[in-house]
Amino acid sequence: MSAITQLSRLFKFNGGVHPPENKLQSCALPIRRLPLPAKLVLPLRQHVGNLPKLRVAVGERVLKGQLLAEAEGTISAAVHAPTSGIIASIGEALIPHPSGLPDMCITLEPDGADEWLPHAPLDWRHADKQQLTESLRSSGIVGLGGAAFPSHIKLRADGTSGIDTLVINGAECEPYITCDDMLMRERAEEVVRGIEIAYYLLGAKQCLIGIEDNKPEAAAAMRAACDKSEYPLQVIVVPTIYPSGDARRLIHVLTGREIPSFKRSTDMGIQCFNVGTVQAIYRYFQFGEPTLSRIVTVTGNVAQAGNFDVLLGTPVTALLDAAGGALPDTNDYLMGGPMMGFSLPSAEVPVTKATNCIIAGAPKLFPEPEPAMPCIRCARCADACPVNLQPQELYWFAKSSNLEKARDYKLFDCIECGCCSYVCPSHIPLVQYYRFAKSEIISQDRAKQAADVARERNEFRLMRIEREKQERAQKHAQKAAGAKTEGSAAADGKTLEDAKKAAIEAAVARAQVQKAAVEPKNVSDLPPAVQSEIAEIDARRSDAALEVEKMQLKKTIDTNSVADGKGNEAVSQASPEPTAEK
Amino acid sequence: MLTALLVMVALALFLGLMLGYSALKFKVEGDPLVDRIDAILPQTQCGQCGFPGCKPYATAIAKGEADINQCPPGGDAGVHALADLLGVEYKPLNAEHGLPKPKSVAVIDENTCIGCTLCIQACPVDAILGAAKHMHTIIASECTGCELCLAPCPVDCISMQPIAETPDNWKWRYPVFAIKPEAPQIQKPQTA
Repeated sequence: MSAITQLSRLFKFNGGVHPPENKLQSCALPIRRLPLPAKLVLPLRQHVGNLPKLRVAVGERVLKGQLLAEAEGTISAAVHAPTSGIIASIGEALIPHPSGLPDMCITLEPDGADEWLPHAPLDWRHADKQQLTESLRSSGIVGLGGAAFPSHIKLRADGTSGIDTLVINGAECEPYITCDDMLMRERAEEVVRGIEIAYYLLGAKQCLIGIEDNKPEAAAAMRAACDKSEYPLQVIVVPTIYPSGDARRLIHVLTGREIPSFKRSTDMGIQCFNVGTVQAIYRYFQFGEPTLSRIVTVTGNVAQAGNFDVLLGTPVTALLDAAGGALPDTNDYLMGGPMMGFSLPSAEVPVTKATNCIIAGAPKLFPEPEPAMPCIRCARCADACPVNLQPQELYWFAKSSNLEKARDYKLFDCIECGCCSYVCPSHIPLVQYYRFAKSEIISQDRAKQAADVARERNEFRLMRIEREKQERAQKHAQKAAGAKTEGSAAADGKTLEDAKKAAIEAAVARAQVQKAAVEPKNVSDLPPAVQSEIAEIDARRSDAALEVEKMQLKKTIDTNSVADGKGNEAVSQASPEPTAEK
Repeated sequence: MLTALLVMVALALFLGLMLGYSALKFKVEGDPLVDRIDAILPQTQCGQCGFPGCKPYATAIAKGEADINQCPPGGDAGVHALADLLGVEYKPLNAEHGLPKPKSVAVIDENTCIGCTLCIQACPVDAILGAAKHMHTIIASECTGCELCLAPCPVDCISMQPIAETPDNWKWRYPVFAIKPEAPQIQKPQTA
């Protein structure tokens, strides 16, 4: 009965799809731990924002939890050592990124001791909120739902956040992925403690925990944990529909409030966290542990799918081995779900903070897409779009590279959920077109910004040259005027020569006075030992000068006799220092 | 007859005054067309168009003294944008002014640099840092890749290096589909 009343309070967003869930395969076994791999590769770019600054050198021994790279700028996150060991190398390595390009990574060779850096819990109930958010900056916690946005920015507790509703995202709508489900089933206590911390830091007035109705065990575990909490936390079961796990969609489902395209949820007084993120926040405050591991679902074409608590930097191959190994017909490895994930460039890439799921792909699971046919403008995509866009129009503009028009049709509100491609009867890979158009627009905007900077710098340079020219002209004019007055003085009786001589004498006298005035103080009254040392150095210096002169003379004689006319050598001989060194 | 004339004269005077007033009140400073053309140009300031910078080229286009297809760094897209703005026919880039190249930045070989400052004087955007008889270096983020510093260097220590693709500036490709041989099922009846 209560479930019915609760469902009636919920709101519905437009569109959405029901792809086959395929979640049961990976939630049969409890979360397992992996043996320590032979090496950990930690990309510096595991989050949205600036690259963090390196704080270690190759060959250094680091302890578990030690800072390897520090957050740089506002939007950035730190990277820590997931176990103790030696920094084997720092350089480019393949990262899990759709580009398949290498990026800066720290390679750590574990020593097996797993020795912790001394760390202590933070008393969050009694500490200054400002300090707590400051310290979160060095925790390396980012959104573990997959977006990897640094969490310290979202938890800004400066009293101006104006957050009244805290939304906790346990929807996990994408097929195959069960890491949040298993986390809530097994560690509901920790998740709820984490929610309490976020609730307290943000000063929220209500907290809504959204869980899809295909995870009854998780919802029950969370309810039991929430009942023990002193805060008013509500577990709300939402209907299973993809993509209800998108933050904006979930907020709409739970509160009925839609966030305008140009605003953020914080502007509306709502903040949203993934369940994994709040658990990481709890671990940080309760034990002082930064983000060192995360739960990853390994599923698809593997012998024994399941969830693993994996140290960051663990190669995907180690993960697949732990899941019984990929079956022989595996032809692809996906990171993320089948709807929004991407193919990994290689199974050697490491697990990062954004890796929520690894799917071994095979033709029987993901058959080759059928060839794309022309768009028949059936508008099924528009019916399925959860953001109320016009995907058929966006496709038209993206395909013809009509980027301005695509932007006008709110291309950047597209969440790339893939519902449109999923329902398209012509099998058009619509999302690929939107991604192309988005990155093209972003790069054009960057080029435009660079052009504006170049224009400004060029204009400034031209202005500077003009100003220098004027200043020079002014100086010349002043000199000319001065010469004229002197000329008239000469006509008074003195000759020009006399005037010049007098000026030179005056200058010499001035120089002498100045020279006498600036006698170096550190040589005035010295002990005899130091004075003799100085005399010795002076003697050596004059000797060396003689020597250099001699060598130069010899060199010039040599070159004259050889008369080798190479340009480069002539240049090197033009400067005396290298010659003297020889 | 007279009334009609007076009315017409009064009307002409009134409209003339209105026009004169609005010409003063809503006077547009500068030439907005030049600015709009300049906004399309890539601001490389390379002078390949035959003018000493993007603004002079924009001015020349606005006056009708230069063609729209003289800017290789702007590429085909730039010519299209200019053609759209000016309402003229698109023309392919004029090869006399050079060909479009991938975007590059200048790099000074600091071991060879003799500190002559000639490149500093040539750089249109002040992107080279250095002083007389001291090593120079290029501020890569400000370099427009105009290549104007290459010619003046007496020791040829400046080279152009194309900007490498990183995960940061990587772009999703336009979706293309490989044409594959027909599925084997169709061949089955032949073998059967």
